[in-house]
Amino acid sequence: MGWSIALHGGAGDIPLTLPPERRLPREAALRHCLEIGVAALKAHRPPLDVVELVVRELENSPHFNAGRGSVLTTNGTVEMEACIMDGNTQKCGAVSGLSTVVNAISLARLVMEKTPHIYLAFDGAEAFAREQGVETVDASHFITPENIERLKQAKKANRVQIDYTQPIKGQTPQDTSGTTGDSQIGTVGCVAVDGDGNLAAATSTGGLVNKMVGRIGDTPIIGAGTYANPFCAVSATGKGESIIRATIARDVAALMEYKGLSLKEAAAYVIESVPKGNAGLIAVSATGEVTMPFNTTGMFRACATEDGYSEIGIWN
Amino acid sequence: MGGWAIAIHGGAGVDPNLPEERQEEAKRVLARCLQIGIDALRASVRAVDVVEIVVRELETDPVFNSGRGSALTRKGTVEMEASIMDGRGRRCGAVSGLTTVKNPVSLARLVMEKSPHSYLAFDGAEDFAREQGVEVVDNSYFITEENVGMLKLAKEANSIMFDYRVPLPVIDGCSGSAGSIVATVDDVLQMNGLPISIYAPETVGCVVVDTNGWCAAATSTGGLMNKMNGRIGDSPLIGSGTYACNLCAISCTGEGEAIIRSTLARDVAAVMEYKGLGLQEAVDFVINERLDEGKAGLIAVSRNGEVGYGFNTNGMFRGCATEDGFMEVGIWE
Repeated sequence: MGWSIALHGGAGDIPLTLPPERRLPREAALRHCLEIGVAALKAHRPPLDVVELVVRELENSPHFNAGRGSVLTTNGTVEMEACIMDGNTQKCGAVSGLSTVVNAISLARLVMEKTPHIYLAFDGAEAFAREQGVETVDASHFITPENIERLKQAKKANRVQIDYTQPIKGQTPQDTSGTTGDSQIGTVGCVAVDGDGNLAAATSTGGLVNKMVGRIGDTPIIGAGTYANPFCAVSATGKGESIIRATIARDVAALMEYKGLSLKEAAAYVIESVPKGNAGLIAVSATGEVTMPFNTTGMFRACATEDGYSEIGIWN
Repeated sequence: MGGWAIAIHGGAGVDPNLPEERQEEAKRVLARCLQIGIDALRASVRAVDVVEIVVRELETDPVFNSGRGSALTRKGTVEMEASIMDGRGRRCGAVSGLTTVKNPVSLARLVMEKSPHSYLAFDGAEDFAREQGVEVVDNSYFITEENVGMLKLAKEANSIMFDYRVPLPVIDGCSGSAGSIVATVDDVLQMNGLPISIYAPETVGCVVVDTNGWCAAATSTGGLMNKMNGRIGDSPLIGSGTYACNLCAISCTGEGEAIIRSTLARDVAAVMEYKGLGLQEAVDFVINERLDEGKAGLIAVSRNGEVGYGFNTNGMFRGCATEDGFMEVGIWE
């Protein structure tokens, strides 16, 4: 036993030929966020606080599809969503359709703690943000040149592009069979457990490139992209529509509870049951285990455990 | 075993003082909608089509909290949501924040079939509705006089709930006038923090297994009386309010937050799949073990033609039927 933490910056068709200028900043961001999370756990911050502050850091980084750096809707706007869940109480909070809130994950936490509801969206969520006095900025703050370019490319190809690390200059990525060439990246997340088995999960995203205005993905749906209970905490990433139908996050916990599988077995089973190229997840258990399986080409990820193990990775 | 089966609900958490005429009216609507589903199943209509047809009927009738007759937001408007899931392939569609779409469940179906996504909400969903040419009406169409009165009472109840001894308005169902009784808060049956006399049982739903053994589920609601604008409940959330797979189909109703936290619909299927429980066993297990302090009910069917339901609330408007001729409509235990 002991604390454990894992975080991700999205799973998808991350090309093995990803050039250093695109790979290194992301690895650095993962390392930085991992350090922050580990420091917080060492300082005995509750896991709910830890996952929130790590996801805030990931949202603030322009390199991942959440907060600043979010991919754009078909109208060129940003609509962000996030979700947080506490394993002990199974209290949760979720938000969707945010366009001015700097840290969606913190607003999700406020929904959980300051309202009788679990999930607020669009205008109602934005109004709540103002009532709560959270930091809001002009929507343009979140929009990066890369994402403007990605939207242009997606429109040209007339597809909803889930990939956001598709090279902009026309370099072809590794082809994975069974996909239409759309790779699947998006979302940031963090799961953590302390030495007493308290668990928490948090996920945040800008969604899909060129998504329809108003489209909601798996991230804010409890049991799909985010879940925590006394057994484990899970954050998923990949093709939202697949993650929803497979209730991925809930299923990891359900397999542990109802079938007695270990964390690793449950997580591997769930990922294997989803079509290849569709999903990845990070998970920690009450006993401090950690696992980060994915069936995509890669997943930006990092983890650490109290016994000194740590890892940062993209591919297998 | 085998054959088709259907169950419907009109919400869980019923006022024990609901006047007899209202109970009869509710049962008549349930029987009528159930019969529509039965007739479709006898004509070999597919499960996913049957649940849509039946929920459309429940939405259109103002008696239950969905479509016309939806509970009101704190601003006095209607924001509706719905979801549908086809157990065959586990395809799904969901919508939230609808204000003009006459039949939310049908828009959810179109999201599933005509968009690259699974869930659309608010302005984006309304735009999609217009693109698809579904029937839209003014928001006022969905608002009933009774719910305007209920909203007022809910606002009063919410503001006085912190007193330990409060006068409780009670609605006289026939004339709409309000009497009052004095009771302590502890004596009061509550759902979602509201006295049960004011609470609008949330949601309508239908689950079906067709003659081919395919299951489907659909759920639709106006949501919680006096909810914050933008509040999303369990009904449009796959795995919480609605779920269908090749084993079974489930639709839930009750305290949305409790249903979400316990992923109630998915859990019925999960204990069948992972623990090998039968349908009613699974239903009983999740109702008894998964809700903690929460109050909810659900209906379920299995691919073997079984039908089941359970609730830990005070009553649930429901109806069910199976191919061998069994049919029942009920409210209480």
